[in-house]
Amino acid sequence: MVRLYKTDNMQKTRIIKDKTAQAVMFALTLISILMVVVMFVGLYLKSAPVLEERSLWRLLTSSEWRPMKGEFGFLPFIASTLWVTFVAILIALPISLLTAVFLTEYAKSYVKKFVFPALDILAALPSVIYGVWGVLVIVPWISKHVAPYFMDFSTGYTVLAAGIVLGVMVIPILVSLFIEVFSSVSMELRESSLALGATRWQTTKKVLFRRTYPGIIAATVLAISRAMGETIAVLMVCGCVIGIPNNFLDPCYPIPALIANNYGEMLSMPMYEAALMFAALILFFVVLVFNLISRIVLYRLEKRLGS
Amino acid sequence: MIEVKELNVHIKGNHILKNVNVTLPEKQITCIIGPSGCGKSTLLRTLNRLIDTTEGVKLEGKVLVNGQDILSSDADVTDLRRKIGLVSQRPCPLPMSIFDNVAYGCRINKMFNKRRQLVYQVQKNLKAVGLYDEIRGRIRTPAARLSIGQQQRLCLARSLAVEPDYILADEATSALDPISAKTVEDLFVSLKEQYSIIMVTHTLRQALRIADHVVFMYLGEIIEQGPAEQVFHNPKEELTQKYLAGAFS
Repeated sequence: MVRLYKTDNMQKTRIIKDKTAQAVMFALTLISILMVVVMFVGLYLKSAPVLEERSLWRLLTSSEWRPMKGEFGFLPFIASTLWVTFVAILIALPISLLTAVFLTEYAKSYVKKFVFPALDILAALPSVIYGVWGVLVIVPWISKHVAPYFMDFSTGYTVLAAGIVLGVMVIPILVSLFIEVFSSVSMELRESSLALGATRWQTTKKVLFRRTYPGIIAATVLAISRAMGETIAVLMVCGCVIGIPNNFLDPCYPIPALIANNYGEMLSMPMYEAALMFAALILFFVVLVFNLISRIVLYRLEKRLGS
Repeated sequence: MIEVKELNVHIKGNHILKNVNVTLPEKQITCIIGPSGCGKSTLLRTLNRLIDTTEGVKLEGKVLVNGQDILSSDADVTDLRRKIGLVSQRPCPLPMSIFDNVAYGCRINKMFNKRRQLVYQVQKNLKAVGLYDEIRGRIRTPAARLSIGQQQRLCLARSLAVEPDYILADEATSALDPISAKTVEDLFVSLKEQYSIIMVTHTLRQALRIADHVVFMYLGEIIEQGPAEQVFHNPKEELTQKYLAGAFS
């Protein structure tokens, strides 16, 4: 190597510090990635007993859940998780999207000053509070005012209740993600559209959404991943009845609720423990696959947008 | 004709434009010159009410476009903006294809019923800015892939496609390479027979080359305005003389 200039001591320590900082930060990054791998391996090893005894296909597609007899069919729990997440996103997505549009495109700054802290508070509320709100307000409301239109009787502890509570929980997160996404669009781009005689709504639909839809999808995926794993609030209002929900007024039993509810009693039965660990592994896997797919979709979209 | 009468603009308590009285003639190139921060862009953005997007803005006075006050509360802002096109400093293609960029304004304003008419309008305006031959066969590809100079001409084509009466240009050539800048500048000159062009420019030499009418601003006030010949060669105000002599910029 050719030295172009002499490095004195001060410059040397500067460089050493820089190198050390880089190494430390790299190590820390590696650790956080390793954690994910370790968790995956841990869950896999813990769930090995049940995987050895039953075929993977059986575990995933069977609806039989009799832990005492060693029957573990996870389909009801998987279906419940998907149902609840679907309803939650169905509720949260349009509300969050339009709220974010209002706040970034229409609202005056003093409106933002009031709304932003309120959203932060909503996002920071412990999920158990959402759960209590669900039990006290949403569940009775569904039982009295929604279910009677569709069936003779419902306790109110349903997919719908879980979806509403979860949706409301996800809204503040989604709104702040969307605001982030929309703020990344330059004012000039909006003005290009406005200057051609477009209204703000036309500009939003045709320019803002078109520009940011990869970001909108990415934010939604993040919210879905978060929703799938949410435990306490959902557990309190979902009914915890094992069975594949046929409609949004059936009770359900998502995977996180299953794990949380049975964590205490599982210790006495080794197979039960393995089954619950396998449930966790499914959840882990679903979220992982979901994120991967969305990454691929986003990559394709961005390539097509050509920027 | 655009007449600005007693216009005062305050932004967040700052007095940006002070008692501005300007007459902007038709079918000519009017250059607004002056040092940075003197309110040139603010004046330009007031003319198509794009200033509305600025936070904390207060407008007083009158801006008469073809006799109608565009600052009054019942003015149709979207219609106004259609009649007054804008080319900004940095080209800003919409996130869509070249064709859709030019068609965008026609579509949102529902100008045509038949697709054939729309296609014709797009082609006509791409030809008008000299882009048509350059991008033939690529008209459906994203506009973002064009060079900066091409993008700026696309933005001009996009403005022309909605058939405006006026074109506002905010330092439209300053972000371009010299050759593209020359092309765009020549385009403006060729367009003045059909459109009234109002340009904000930083480069005095550009104004000297192409202006028919000149407005000189300083610290939010109009110092001098008139035909280019008179303002450049026989300025009445001392401030104008100093500015033209390069005493400040």
